[in-house]
Amino acid sequence: MTFKQKRVLPGFGLALGTTVTALSLLVLLPLAALVARSGELGLAGMVRVLAQPRVLAAFRVTFLTALCAALINVVLGVTVAWFLVRGRCPFKRLIDAVVDLPFALPTAVSGIALTALLAPDAAIGRALGRLGLQVAFTPAGITAAMVFIGLPFVVRSVQPALADLNRELEEAAASLGASRWQSLLRVVLPLLAPAILSGFTLAFARALGEYGSVVFIAGNMPMKSEIVSLLIITKLEQFDYAGATAIAVALLALSLLCILTINALQATVGRAERRVS
Amino acid sequence: MSISIHQVSKTFGAYTALDDISLEIPSGELTALLGPSGSGKTTLLRIVAGLETADPDGSGRILFDGAPVTESPVNRRRVGFVFQHYALFRHMTVFENIAFGLRVKPRGERPLRDEIRERVHALLKLVQLEQLAQRYPSQLSGGQRQRIALARALAIQPRVLLLDEPFGALDAQVRTELRRWLRHLHDTIHVTSIFVTHDQEEALEVADRIVVMNKGRIEQTGTPDEVFQNPASEFVMKFLGDVNVFHGRVHNERPVFTGDSSEDGSVRLLVRPHDLAVLPQPGPGISIPARVYRVMTAGALVKIELLDGQNRLVQVQVPHETYRTASVHAGQQVYLAPKESRLYGQSSERLEYVI
Repeated sequence: MTFKQKRVLPGFGLALGTTVTALSLLVLLPLAALVARSGELGLAGMVRVLAQPRVLAAFRVTFLTALCAALINVVLGVTVAWFLVRGRCPFKRLIDAVVDLPFALPTAVSGIALTALLAPDAAIGRALGRLGLQVAFTPAGITAAMVFIGLPFVVRSVQPALADLNRELEEAAASLGASRWQSLLRVVLPLLAPAILSGFTLAFARALGEYGSVVFIAGNMPMKSEIVSLLIITKLEQFDYAGATAIAVALLALSLLCILTINALQATVGRAERRVS
Repeated sequence: MSISIHQVSKTFGAYTALDDISLEIPSGELTALLGPSGSGKTTLLRIVAGLETADPDGSGRILFDGAPVTESPVNRRRVGFVFQHYALFRHMTVFENIAFGLRVKPRGERPLRDEIRERVHALLKLVQLEQLAQRYPSQLSGGQRQRIALARALAIQPRVLLLDEPFGALDAQVRTELRRWLRHLHDTIHVTSIFVTHDQEEALEVADRIVVMNKGRIEQTGTPDEVFQNPASEFVMKFLGDVNVFHGRVHNERPVFTGDSSEDGSVRLLVRPHDLAVLPQPGPGISIPARVYRVMTAGALVKIELLDGQNRLVQVQVPHETYRTASVHAGQQVYLAPKESRLYGQSSERLEYVI
């Protein structure tokens, strides 16, 4: 890339400078500090911290619940987006606004709200308990909280893509003999795939780092329902700063790896459509 | 496969898109639904396809070869539908686009892989785009996309082929080329086809029969020759090509055109530009005084623009030979004599006067 070339957009240099500076100050610098701090332990020390069964269990719980939540959100989010774009309902505008509520709600509030709903002595919790399902204070509860906070990401990613989707494509599929399901599976969903994938990534990333809404309902039992973020706080409360940063760096690296993988996948999906000879 | 349309009406809220339409489309013909936008032609086509339903008052019916299809949904109707903007699946190759209709067939009817490949290649050959099988729609030109869309529609061996403004999104040259090609294709495969257009030239050139529509009703049905030479109404005459309208009044039981009557005159004379003779002196019949405004000699015919007594534009087209002998120039005062014309009264009723 050469910057000497004349560009159509004005202020390219200024924009580039601002972007790099902002990214450095807001993102890279704190992360560098984090890595430096954990460096105090040395590689061997870090591995020792991370290899503790309790830490490994926390990572497993966090990633599995986040993955489950993101997958559930894809199904729910696409359905909600479908309803908001295609559905006919007098309260559509209201529902559209409510979708954003988890964005706006302080996470502690949603945590308490979910606990109040799902705790064994609460209405829904009791009903579920009678069916032999305990949600609160288990990984299922963690997943529920993550679904709650991640839903808007999928809805808001898929909604515009679905609104842009030409209705004639579905009509064409139908005129060629496709049933509603065939048209959905072979035409609509493949065309929405990039948007769905990006919603999935956002919901997944958000769930990995979620703290406030999860801790109330998780029960935080070591080895069973303790998430990584909580473990970091616990370490900090015990003044084990190096241990806390070691876990934080590992979480950071793993999240980054996941997101880069999904982005690469997304690029492949996108390329298939825009392929140019 | 013949198509019968019986008493089909369609309203959107307070708006009547189709008003009690009945129409017979003979098997194997290429029929054009011609009309301005809002005339209901596309709505009628979509109802035939099953993409839209007629008003549920019970009387509207669509029959293919005498068998009612009104109840069968679009995916069971086996109609080929071609959209103005192609509606190709952009995430599939050309090959997969054409194969789509075969792949979604129920398991029992679905052809084998090799059969599908053969069928797709045969269709690509038919539309003369064999080399593009592995391309994506975004890599094709507009004309190529529309031909692929046609091949895709033909893959299911449709009972009828329906085309909604198939050339509407193409530029002029491709459009002419493609409509000639469509006519040729129809002569090869003979599938009963209806195409919608607002372009009278397209309809006149391509179709076996033309159905002229206006405001949700059928104005006239006939061969291109019939509708052009013998328009059933003032609307049809105006819609099928350029027309000059002269306003006049009736005097002593005879229409009089002086070229300066206002537009509320009681009779209107409609004359096509090539049916007007330009004379230096008033002739024996109707002679309307006018002044030459502009002469355009580039083209197959010489186009002369004139202004009548009320400064309304009049267009005349004459062959180059006539123009050379007539010596017409801008600013000249001349008289216009209609050779072929039609006279209409105040409420668009046809009048028969001896002129």
